[in-house]
Amino acid sequence: MVRINGESMACDGMTIGAYLEQMQYDRVRIAIERNGDIVPKAEYDTVVLQDGDVLEIVRFVGGG
Amino acid sequence: MQYPSKQAVQAALEARHGIERQAAFSAASVAICGLGGLGSHIAMTLARAGIGRLHLIDFDAVDLSNLQRQAYRYSQIGMPKTDAMRQILGDIAPYCEVVTDCVRVTEENAALLLARETIICEAFDRPDAKAMLVNTLLTQRPDAYIIAASGMSGLRTGNTIRTRAVTKHFILCGDESSDVGEDGTLYASRVMLCAAHQANTVLQLLAGNFYE
Repeated sequence: MVRINGESMACDGMTIGAYLEQMQYDRVRIAIERNGDIVPKAEYDTVVLQDGDVLEIVRFVGGG
Repeated sequence: MQYPSKQAVQAALEARHGIERQAAFSAASVAICGLGGLGSHIAMTLARAGIGRLHLIDFDAVDLSNLQRQAYRYSQIGMPKTDAMRQILGDIAPYCEVVTDCVRVTEENAALLLARETIICEAFDRPDAKAMLVNTLLTQRPDAYIIAASGMSGLRTGNTIRTRAVTKHFILCGDESSDVGEDGTLYASRVMLCAAHQANTVLQLLAGNFYE
Protein backbone atom coordinates (compact mmCIF):
# COMPACT_ATOMS: atom_id res chain seq x y z
CA MET A 1 0.00 0.00 0.00
CA VAL A 2 1.01 3.60 -0.62
CA ARG A 3 -0.03 6.46 1.62
CA ILE A 4 -1.09 9.52 -0.41
CA ASN A 5 -2.37 12.68 1.28
CA GLY A 6 -3.07 10.61 4.40
CA GLU A 7 -5.02 7.83 2.67
CA SER A 8 -3.90 4.27 1.96
CA MET A 9 -4.06 3.57 -1.75
CA ALA A 10 -3.47 0.28 -3.58
CA CYS A 11 -1.32 1.82 -6.27
CA ASP A 12 2.05 0.11 -5.69
CA GLY A 13 3.67 -0.64 -9.03
CA MET A 14 2.10 2.34 -10.77
CA THR A 15 4.18 5.29 -11.93
CA ILE A 16 3.38 8.63 -10.33
CA GLY A 17 2.29 9.84 -13.78
CA ALA A 18 -0.24 7.00 -14.14
CA TYR A 19 -1.64 7.73 -10.67
CA LEU A 20 -2.00 11.44 -11.52
CA GLU A 21 -3.79 10.52 -14.72
CA GLN A 22 -6.15 8.15 -12.92
CA MET A 23 -7.00 10.73 -10.26
CA GLN A 24 -7.28 13.50 -12.86
CA TYR A 25 -4.68 15.78 -11.31
CA ASP A 26 -3.58 18.72 -13.45
CA ARG A 27 0.18 18.23 -13.35
CA VAL A 28 1.05 21.87 -14.03
CA ARG A 29 -0.65 22.89 -10.76
CA ILE A 30 0.91 20.45 -8.31
CA ALA A 31 4.07 19.67 -6.38
CA ILE A 32 4.76 16.17 -5.04
CA GLU A 33 6.67 15.20 -1.94
CA ARG A 34 7.64 11.54 -1.61
CA ASN A 35 9.23 10.21 1.59
CA GLY A 36 10.41 13.69 2.52
CA ASP A 37 11.78 14.82 -0.84
CA ILE A 38 10.29 16.71 -3.76
CA VAL A 39 9.83 14.61 -6.90
CA PRO A 40 11.17 16.53 -9.94
CA LYS A 41 8.45 16.91 -12.59
CA ALA A 42 10.71 15.20 -15.16
CA GLU A 43 10.56 12.02 -13.04
CA TYR A 44 6.77 11.72 -12.72
CA ASP A 45 6.55 9.18 -15.53
CA THR A 46 9.50 7.07 -14.39
CA VAL A 47 9.15 6.90 -10.59
CA VAL A 48 7.29 3.70 -9.68
CA LEU A 49 5.33 3.78 -6.41
CA GLN A 50 6.61 1.26 -3.87
CA ASP A 51 4.84 -0.46 -0.98
CA GLY A 52 5.29 1.78 2.09
CA ASP A 53 5.85 5.04 0.17
CA VAL A 54 4.37 8.14 1.76
CA LEU A 55 3.40 10.90 -0.66
CA GLU A 56 1.84 14.27 -0.45
CA ILE A 57 0.42 15.88 -3.56
CA VAL A 58 0.06 19.64 -3.04
CA ARG A 59 -2.50 21.14 -5.41
CA PHE A 60 -2.10 24.88 -5.83
CA VAL A 61 -5.16 27.09 -6.12
CA GLY A 62 -5.29 30.56 -7.68
CA GLY A 63 -5.09 33.92 -5.95
CA GLY A 64 -2.34 36.22 -4.78
CA MET B 1 11.89 65.76 4.88
CA GLN B 2 15.10 64.73 6.59
CA TYR B 3 15.17 61.04 7.53
CA PRO B 4 16.71 59.94 10.81
CA SER B 5 20.27 58.63 10.34
CA LYS B 6 20.91 55.00 9.50
CA GLN B 7 22.38 54.59 12.99
CA ALA B 8 19.24 56.00 14.61
CA VAL B 9 16.99 53.69 12.56
CA GLN B 10 19.16 50.69 13.42
CA ALA B 11 19.12 51.58 17.12
CA ALA B 12 15.31 51.83 17.06
CA LEU B 13 15.05 48.39 15.43
CA GLU B 14 17.52 46.90 17.90
CA ALA B 15 15.57 48.35 20.81
CA ARG B 16 12.46 46.48 19.59
CA HIS B 17 13.95 43.24 18.29
CA GLY B 18 17.12 42.82 20.32
CA ILE B 19 20.64 43.26 18.97
CA GLU B 20 21.23 39.64 17.99
CA ARG B 21 17.91 39.12 16.22
CA GLN B 22 18.15 42.47 14.43
CA ALA B 23 21.65 41.55 13.25
CA ALA B 24 20.13 38.46 11.57
CA PHE B 25 17.35 40.56 9.99
CA SER B 26 19.78 43.25 8.80
CA ALA B 27 22.12 40.69 7.24
CA ALA B 28 19.29 38.93 5.40
CA SER B 29 18.50 39.02 1.71
CA VAL B 30 14.98 37.89 0.82
CA ALA B 31 13.37 37.50 -2.60
CA ILE B 32 9.69 38.14 -3.30
CA CYS B 33 8.38 36.73 -6.57
CA GLY B 34 5.21 38.55 -7.55
CA LEU B 35 4.16 41.95 -6.20
CA GLY B 36 0.38 41.64 -6.10
CA GLY B 37 -1.74 41.44 -2.97
CA LEU B 38 0.62 38.98 -1.32
CA GLY B 39 4.00 40.30 -2.47
CA SER B 40 3.31 43.99 -1.87
CA HIS B 41 2.29 43.31 1.74
CA ILE B 42 5.12 40.84 2.35
CA ALA B 43 7.58 43.50 1.13
CA MET B 44 6.16 46.19 3.42
CA THR B 45 6.17 43.86 6.41
CA LEU B 46 9.74 42.68 5.88
CA ALA B 47 11.00 46.22 5.21
CA ARG B 48 9.43 47.37 8.47
CA ALA B 49 11.16 44.55 10.32
CA GLY B 50 14.52 45.84 9.09
CA ILE B 51 15.44 43.14 6.56
CA GLY B 52 18.68 44.35 4.99
CA ARG B 53 18.03 43.56 1.35
CA LEU B 54 14.86 42.80 -0.59
CA HIS B 55 14.83 41.45 -4.15
CA LEU B 56 11.48 42.27 -5.73
CA ILE B 57 10.38 40.64 -8.98
CA ASP B 58 7.26 41.37 -11.04
CA PHE B 59 6.59 42.10 -14.73
CA ASP B 60 3.32 43.96 -14.30
CA ALA B 61 2.19 47.57 -13.81
CA VAL B 62 -0.15 48.98 -11.14
CA ASP B 63 -3.77 48.89 -12.34
CA LEU B 64 -6.90 50.47 -10.89
CA SER B 65 -8.30 46.99 -10.19
CA ASN B 66 -5.29 46.22 -7.94
CA LEU B 67 -5.95 48.95 -5.39
CA GLN B 68 -8.80 47.03 -3.76
CA ARG B 69 -6.24 44.71 -2.09
CA GLN B 70 -2.68 45.59 -3.03
CA ALA B 71 -0.44 48.06 -1.18
CA TYR B 72 -0.22 50.59 -4.03
CA ARG B 73 -1.60 54.12 -4.28
CA TYR B 74 -3.76 55.93 -6.83
CA SER B 75 -0.82 58.13 -7.78
CA GLN B 76 1.04 54.98 -8.88
CA ILE B 77 -1.45 53.66 -11.47
CA GLY B 78 0.47 52.75 -14.62
CA MET B 79 3.87 52.44 -12.89
CA PRO B 80 5.74 49.13 -12.97
CA LYS B 81 5.00 47.44 -9.63
CA THR B 82 8.72 47.10 -8.99
CA ASP B 83 9.14 50.91 -9.20
CA ALA B 84 5.97 51.59 -7.22
CA MET B 85 7.08 49.25 -4.45
CA ARG B 86 10.54 50.79 -4.36
CA GLN B 87 8.89 54.20 -3.92
CA ILE B 88 6.69 52.99 -1.04
CA LEU B 89 9.56 51.18 0.71
CA GLY B 90 11.74 54.27 0.41
CA ASP B 91 9.44 56.03 2.84
CA ILE B 92 9.01 53.03 5.19
CA ALA B 93 12.54 51.69 5.37
CA PRO B 94 14.88 54.19 3.68
CA TYR B 95 17.99 52.12 4.47
CA CYS B 96 16.67 48.81 3.15
CA GLU B 97 18.54 47.83 -0.03
CA VAL B 98 15.85 47.24 -2.65
CA VAL B 99 16.83 45.36 -5.81
CA THR B 100 14.18 45.02 -8.53
CA ASP B 101 13.70 42.98 -11.69
CA CYS B 102 10.76 43.86 -13.92
CA VAL B 103 10.60 40.46 -15.63
CA ARG B 104 8.39 37.37 -15.76
CA VAL B 105 9.88 34.48 -13.77
CA THR B 106 10.08 31.29 -15.82
CA GLU B 107 11.37 27.76 -15.41
CA GLU B 108 14.38 28.82 -17.48
CA ASN B 109 15.39 32.01 -15.63
CA ALA B 110 14.28 31.29 -12.04
CA ALA B 111 17.47 29.73 -10.66
CA LEU B 112 19.72 32.40 -12.18
CA LEU B 113 17.43 35.27 -11.19
CA LEU B 114 17.27 34.04 -7.59
CA ALA B 115 20.89 32.89 -7.28
CA ARG B 116 21.67 35.30 -4.41
CA GLU B 117 18.76 34.54 -2.13
CA THR B 118 18.20 31.49 0.06
CA ILE B 119 14.82 32.67 1.38
CA ILE B 120 12.34 33.07 -1.45
CA CYS B 121 8.64 34.00 -1.21
CA GLU B 122 6.30 32.76 -3.93
CA ALA B 123 3.60 35.41 -4.29
CA PHE B 124 2.18 34.79 -7.76
CA ASP B 125 -1.55 34.59 -8.46
CA ARG B 126 -1.83 31.80 -11.05
CA PRO B 127 -1.66 28.21 -9.75
CA ASP B 128 0.54 27.01 -12.63
CA ALA B 129 3.05 29.81 -11.93
CA LYS B 130 3.07 28.90 -8.23
CA ALA B 131 3.71 25.23 -8.98
CA MET B 132 6.37 26.10 -11.57
CA LEU B 133 8.39 28.21 -9.13
CA VAL B 134 8.11 25.75 -6.26
CA ASN B 135 9.08 22.75 -8.40
CA THR B 136 11.90 24.58 -10.18
CA LEU B 137 13.51 25.90 -7.01
CA LEU B 138 13.11 22.75 -4.94
CA THR B 139 14.75 20.81 -7.76
CA GLN B 140 17.49 23.28 -8.74
CA ARG B 141 18.11 25.06 -5.42
CA PRO B 142 18.09 22.42 -2.66
CA ASP B 143 19.70 24.95 -0.29
CA ALA B 144 16.85 27.49 -0.62
CA TYR B 145 13.76 27.87 1.52
CA ILE B 146 10.64 28.53 -0.53
CA ILE B 147 7.64 30.03 1.23
CA ALA B 148 4.63 29.62 -1.02
CA ALA B 149 0.97 30.60 -0.76
CA SER B 150 -2.14 28.74 -1.83
CA GLY B 151 -5.73 29.59 -0.92
CA MET B 152 -6.75 33.02 0.39
CA SER B 153 -9.82 33.87 -1.74
CA GLY B 154 -13.34 34.73 -0.71
CA LEU B 155 -14.62 35.98 2.63
CA ARG B 156 -14.75 32.90 4.84
CA THR B 157 -13.09 33.02 8.27
CA GLY B 158 -9.46 34.04 8.44
CA ASN B 159 -8.82 31.19 10.89
CA THR B 160 -8.44 28.69 8.03
CA ILE B 161 -5.26 30.39 6.82
CA ARG B 162 -2.28 28.59 8.31
CA THR B 163 1.41 27.82 7.79
CA ARG B 164 2.92 24.35 7.52
CA ALA B 165 6.19 22.81 6.35
CA VAL B 166 5.52 20.32 3.53
CA THR B 167 9.25 19.53 3.53
CA LYS B 168 12.02 21.30 5.45
CA HIS B 169 12.56 23.66 2.50
CA PHE B 170 8.97 23.98 1.24
CA ILE B 171 6.71 25.96 3.52
CA LEU B 172 3.11 26.56 2.50
CA CYS B 173 0.76 29.30 3.75
CA GLY B 174 -2.95 29.64 3.04
CA ASP B 175 -6.16 27.63 3.42
CA GLU B 176 -5.07 25.39 0.49
CA SER B 177 -8.59 25.25 -0.92
CA SER B 178 -10.26 28.58 -1.75
CA ASP B 179 -9.66 29.17 -5.44
CA VAL B 180 -10.11 32.64 -6.89
CA GLY B 181 -11.89 31.05 -9.85
CA GLU B 182 -14.43 29.22 -7.67
CA ASP B 183 -14.68 31.11 -4.37
CA GLY B 184 -15.16 34.57 -5.74
CA THR B 185 -12.79 37.45 -5.65
CA LEU B 186 -9.86 38.27 -3.40
CA TYR B 187 -10.29 40.59 -0.43
CA ALA B 188 -7.50 42.63 1.13
CA SER B 189 -8.21 41.15 4.56
CA ARG B 190 -7.59 37.48 3.74
CA VAL B 191 -4.80 38.23 1.27
CA MET B 192 -3.04 40.26 3.97
CA LEU B 193 -3.49 37.43 6.47
CA CYS B 194 -1.76 35.07 4.08
CA ALA B 195 0.97 37.60 3.30
CA ALA B 196 1.52 38.06 7.04
CA HIS B 197 1.89 34.29 7.43
CA GLN B 198 4.57 34.31 4.73
CA ALA B 199 6.41 37.31 6.20
CA ASN B 200 6.19 35.78 9.67
CA THR B 201 7.75 32.58 8.36
CA VAL B 202 10.65 34.56 6.89
CA LEU B 203 11.29 36.26 10.22
CA GLN B 204 11.01 32.97 12.10
CA LEU B 205 13.50 31.29 9.77
CA LEU B 206 15.92 34.19 10.30
CA ALA B 207 15.38 34.15 14.06
CA GLY B 208 16.04 30.41 14.02
CA ASN B 209 12.81 29.38 15.73
CA PHE B 210 10.63 28.18 12.83
CA TYR B 211 11.17 24.48 13.43
CA GLU B 212 10.93 24.67 17.23
